[in-house]
Amino acid sequence: TGSSCESWDVKLLQVSTFAVDRGNFKTCDQSAFCKRQRALKPGQSPYRALLETLELSDSRLTLQLINDNNKVHLLLELYRLQGNMTRVKINELKPLRPRFEVPDVLIAEPPTEPLSVLSKDDNGVVLSLGAKNQRLIVSARPFRLDIMQGPEVLLSLNSRGLLAFEHLRLHKDTDKEEDGLWEETFKSHTDTKPNGPTSISLDFSLPGVEHVYGIPEHADDLKLKTTDGGDPYRLYNLDVFQYELYNPMALYGSIPVMLAHNTQRTMGIFWLNAAETWVDISSNTMLDFVQGSSEKPQTDVRWISESGIIDVFIMLGPKPSDVFSQYASLTGTQSFPPLASLGYHQCRWNYNDQEDVKSVDQGFDQHDIPYDFIWLDIEHADGKRYFTWDPHKFPQPKEMLQGLMDKRRKMVAIVDPHIRVDSGYKIHNEITSKDFYVKNKDGRNYEGWCWPGNSGYPDFTKPEMRAWWSSMFAYDQYEGSMENLFTWNDMNEPSVFNGPEVTMHKDALHGKWEHRDIHNIYGLYVQMATAEGQTQRSGGVERPFVLTRAFFAGSQRYGAVWTGDNAAEWDHLKISIPMCLSLGLVGVSFCGADVGGFFKNPSTELLVRWYQTGAYQPFFRAHAHLDTTRREPWLFGPENTALIREVIRQRYALLPYWYQLLYQAHKTGMPVMRPLWVDYPKDTATFTIDDEFLIGSDLLVHPVTEEGSRGVTAYLPGAGEVWYDVHTFQKHNGAQNLYIPVTLSSIPVFQRGGSIIPRKDRVRRSSACMENDPYTLYVALSPKKFAEGELYIDDGHSLNYDTKKEFIHRSLTFANNALTSSNLCPDCNFLTSSWIEKVLILGASKPSKVLLKMDGKETPVDFEFDTSMSVLTLRKPGMNAGADWTLLLQ
Amino acid sequence: MTCVHLLLTLVFAVSLGTPVEIQRPRGVPLTSIQFYVENKPFTCLDGSRTISFDRVNDDYCDCKDGSDEPGTAACPNGSFHCTNAGYRPMFIPSSRINDGICDCCDTTDEYNSGAKCENTCKELGRKEREVLQKMAEITKEGFLLKQHLIEEAKKGQQEKQSKVTDMQGNKKQLDEKVEVLRTVKETAEQPEKEAKERHLKAWEEQKAAIRLEKDKAKMAEAFLELDDNADGFVSVSELQSHAELDADADGTLTETEAQGLMGGAEQVDTSTFESVWPNIKDKYHSEVSREEADMSCLVSSEVPFGQKVFFLEKTVVKLSAQKARDDFEEAEKALREMDDQIRNIEKELSFDFGPDAEFTYLYSQCYELTTGEYIYRLCPFNRVSQKPKYGGSETNLGTWGSWSGPENNKYLLMKYDHGTGCWQGPNRSTTVKLTCGKETVVTSTSEPSRCEYLIEFTTPAVCQEPANTDLSPHDHEEL
Repeated sequence: TGSSCESWDVKLLQVSTFAVDRGNFKTCDQSAFCKRQRALKPGQSPYRALLETLELSDSRLTLQLINDNNKVHLLLELYRLQGNMTRVKINELKPLRPRFEVPDVLIAEPPTEPLSVLSKDDNGVVLSLGAKNQRLIVSARPFRLDIMQGPEVLLSLNSRGLLAFEHLRLHKDTDKEEDGLWEETFKSHTDTKPNGPTSISLDFSLPGVEHVYGIPEHADDLKLKTTDGGDPYRLYNLDVFQYELYNPMALYGSIPVMLAHNTQRTMGIFWLNAAETWVDISSNTMLDFVQGSSEKPQTDVRWISESGIIDVFIMLGPKPSDVFSQYASLTGTQSFPPLASLGYHQCRWNYNDQEDVKSVDQGFDQHDIPYDFIWLDIEHADGKRYFTWDPHKFPQPKEMLQGLMDKRRKMVAIVDPHIRVDSGYKIHNEITSKDFYVKNKDGRNYEGWCWPGNSGYPDFTKPEMRAWWSSMFAYDQYEGSMENLFTWNDMNEPSVFNGPEVTMHKDALHGKWEHRDIHNIYGLYVQMATAEGQTQRSGGVERPFVLTRAFFAGSQRYGAVWTGDNAAEWDHLKISIPMCLSLGLVGVSFCGADVGGFFKNPSTELLVRWYQTGAYQPFFRAHAHLDTTRREPWLFGPENTALIREVIRQRYALLPYWYQLLYQAHKTGMPVMRPLWVDYPKDTATFTIDDEFLIGSDLLVHPVTEEGSRGVTAYLPGAGEVWYDVHTFQKHNGAQNLYIPVTLSSIPVFQRGGSIIPRKDRVRRSSACMENDPYTLYVALSPKKFAEGELYIDDGHSLNYDTKKEFIHRSLTFANNALTSSNLCPDCNFLTSSWIEKVLILGASKPSKVLLKMDGKETPVDFEFDTSMSVLTLRKPGMNAGADWTLLLQ
Repeated sequence: MTCVHLLLTLVFAVSLGTPVEIQRPRGVPLTSIQFYVENKPFTCLDGSRTISFDRVNDDYCDCKDGSDEPGTAACPNGSFHCTNAGYRPMFIPSSRINDGICDCCDTTDEYNSGAKCENTCKELGRKEREVLQKMAEITKEGFLLKQHLIEEAKKGQQEKQSKVTDMQGNKKQLDEKVEVLRTVKETAEQPEKEAKERHLKAWEEQKAAIRLEKDKAKMAEAFLELDDNADGFVSVSELQSHAELDADADGTLTETEAQGLMGGAEQVDTSTFESVWPNIKDKYHSEVSREEADMSCLVSSEVPFGQKVFFLEKTVVKLSAQKARDDFEEAEKALREMDDQIRNIEKELSFDFGPDAEFTYLYSQCYELTTGEYIYRLCPFNRVSQKPKYGGSETNLGTWGSWSGPENNKYLLMKYDHGTGCWQGPNRSTTVKLTCGKETVVTSTSEPSRCEYLIEFTTPAVCQEPANTDLSPHDHEEL
């Protein structure tokens, strides 16, 4: 709901202060396994590799490890994966019971490449990692792994001796209770631990690395900080009421992927574990043996998880784009959303009734502001029974949806995973009769408090449960739904008001596994089943759109993510940038923050600035808490209405570019909203920038996020490159800090010289209304008078682009005074009625003549040249957007 | 590329009803037709540039003001005119041309989108006329009622004004009467007061006599106690056995101190003891345990007799004073009441009841609306409240604040604020929107924002004088 699900007592205590109640959430010291593991200091590892147990099949190497302190044997598995990755798995050789291995995250068993032993002696084994002179060295005593390229160590495992694997054991009376091995209590909640201690830990050293990123979700800077002297970054999906900024506390989602970057290389570590996880980061220096005696920076990382096994994917890059495609090859890419979902979304907790929805819809038309989706929060359902409608407020949902459809607009209604325990509620009765609820430790249905009061939690880890849930979205099951109704999954951490840390008890049961084992993936499953339901209701034809608050590695495959219940404060506007950048780096491109801030009332200036920022972030939705005053865009006087209208129109004009970038993200895993270093990996000045960002490679945005700002300093990267102000077409050189004076209407955005961006400058009231409109090409020339770009077109909503290759994908190139459109997918078939109405060439010189070459004919094209900004405008060349053509400048 | 219709042939009718064909570019209103002359260069309406006529409505935007594309969606700031014969002509933003949504009732905005639009102008026109007619009737009747209200209010206001004037005159008399009665009362109360004082004095004397007697008895008793050897004298040494009589508080009563207490004598007999007793009686502890309260017990038990005498006399005196007192109090009460009345009327007269006092009749009235869950109660110029239908306490949604309509007519909205506070939110407040109606009634309530209520209220008091034209439906139409 954008509604935090804090416990009642918290809510009452929070009346006067606006900040998270830290006491509700554990520190590492209050989490028994984290405290135990963190007490272990770097030193000699007790683990030893038993080289005589080495077995090498074609692509799988196994080797036993022994802990010399307790003689427990572990099994190490090593794989060389296709695409320059190494997988390291460590489990107990003979566990008392199976340990949990996370399913449903990898899109397939990752394809392997052959491994070969280069040398072997008593001290260890050297393995070849295939090409590029890469080797993996297994040291026996103590056990340690080093990945080398030439003489250089890229990454080491257990080099600080922090591998610690708590083996399954029988409960002995001699175990000290204070260690929290078999039971621990936090506040009033006791976690019984029938399996005893099960935690795992491993350290990684990254020589030459000073910058690490990722492991969302935290309300913190883009560049991860050292955790020495503080708590580690925590990954444990939690519904945090009024979260605090700039600290490592856990939030709604977890993606256990870290990126390491320096000017030479980008690498990634993917720690596939869904249990509560803590990540320590420290920066060190080490002697550089290659360079001689000089000191070299190093980052040391340590992962600690409460249960499961060690299953790590080391993505070796070397380029940022390589790491993105490596991670995408493991967990999949961003789902390709319906075009409309890239438009503007109007949300509020709550639009009160059908009348309210109608009048807000009309408000947009009266004020000539485009929008695509209006949203309904929890109050729309009958007594918070999701899949139903309040009979008084929403008596005719289909009539309402039809009204929106007539305007070519859409709606989202919330469906949360907590189910009201109520024998008069069909959903509850079916889940009960099918025995699909999560169980408590005694085997009875687990119940907790959430919005509807006493609630059950469907066991989304069960495939049969998910299949049933999906079937509930069928038009004949979900009464009042229509094809323009989409879904929002909130509270799926899961949020349990009266549970420990406002979530589910760890000893609750999902079949044979404890909630402890699966916690961080619960939210992913909810969105997975919901998205699948939407696809199914259309017979597999239409793309789903589902927004989620909780997420895990792989969630990108199922829809959009937003940064949860933020607040109407300037710092929350600022943090939206690093929060979405961090998500983008680890696969989730379709990210946004509540525009305006969820809690509290924004000042008019903050609201306008937030629209200006949000319009340039992938998921663009305004949302507000129930207790805030209304803030539809036209409620702040005509001047501010005009400012908001203008920026929403800018968003709509750029929809072709956004859509093409989402398509690219879907195909390649490249993030849509990117930190500058992704495109300028050798420019150290970009490494910590998180107050500006790139959209794709071609637009640089520096939103104004300071109150009363009169100017911002934007860093324009790229020595020898140029950037064009998209509003004035003024040209600026790259590799400089540029001071830009701003007014309330300014949104500093620059287009990269060398790029071509297609826009639809005829902005209409929804994206669907713009479907057949013509394109304007913005060709921004590099200093070498070169530019390139792409144009992607399909029907905007179906899966036919995938199943029937019904799309147009064109390459646009400007070189040698000619702009050419060529087909990137010759075997694709899609017809568009869109055409090219205008071409703007920025940084051009005046031609004497312009000719359009098409179908073997040459026709002259009218043009205008603006000398002051060197902008050449080609008037109405008129070719179909899917055609082959060349425009010649003579 | 889209197929572009440059010109559109329209059937145009002058008021006589003779059809005449007039050609003009699509989307141009009749009032601008002179700017669009076929085959002559077109100058953008802002004068910014001149283009050849074939660039008008050619689906490419040449003019900054959008005037070259009145019939296409090419210009971001253009507007399209629909004639809407049978209904009202209107302009729509050009972004709504061919967007697949029917905006003009004559369907002219969707000429190339494939949208299936039906011409609904006639129907809309008919409905609008009906509504307008109804509105006109309501306005007419409402305005009549309003005149009535104004008259009544003016009459009432004058009445009240003169009543206040009268009352202020009466009040003066009453003031004087109160003063006279106060004197009468005070005179009548004099004997009563004197009797009271006399009896108080006698009572005090009686109490003193009793106290003296007690003291004497105590003294005699003390003498017997102190005279340890029973020789009929109290000696210095006998006195010294009572350390509590120590004067310098060092814990012992020295011989000198004892002698000092006895006025320098070595010993005293019963009668000389009378002069010693006052020196020691305050500190003296009797050797026999006795209740300190005895004295007061004795005194109080002896009260009734004296009091009875007093009450008897008081009653006699009171009978004469009581009437004066009652008269005075009655007059004073009447004065207070009159003050209140004057204040109330003055308060009422101080309210802004509109330019012609037409809202006066709402004062001290309340209007209710029952919805699914609540009963809403609007008491104009006082307060708004909400009460659950099925029991529960009333919530204050705001007390009268001010008129808060737009500048040109502030009497269209009333603001009530400072209602009951909301949890983690503001104090409740209510805006009352007034519209013209024959009846005075609350028509709807809503809560658009948390704790900010909106009440729609009809009253004749806001009905405007109907325009003095007949409501012919053909007034502004092109057909």
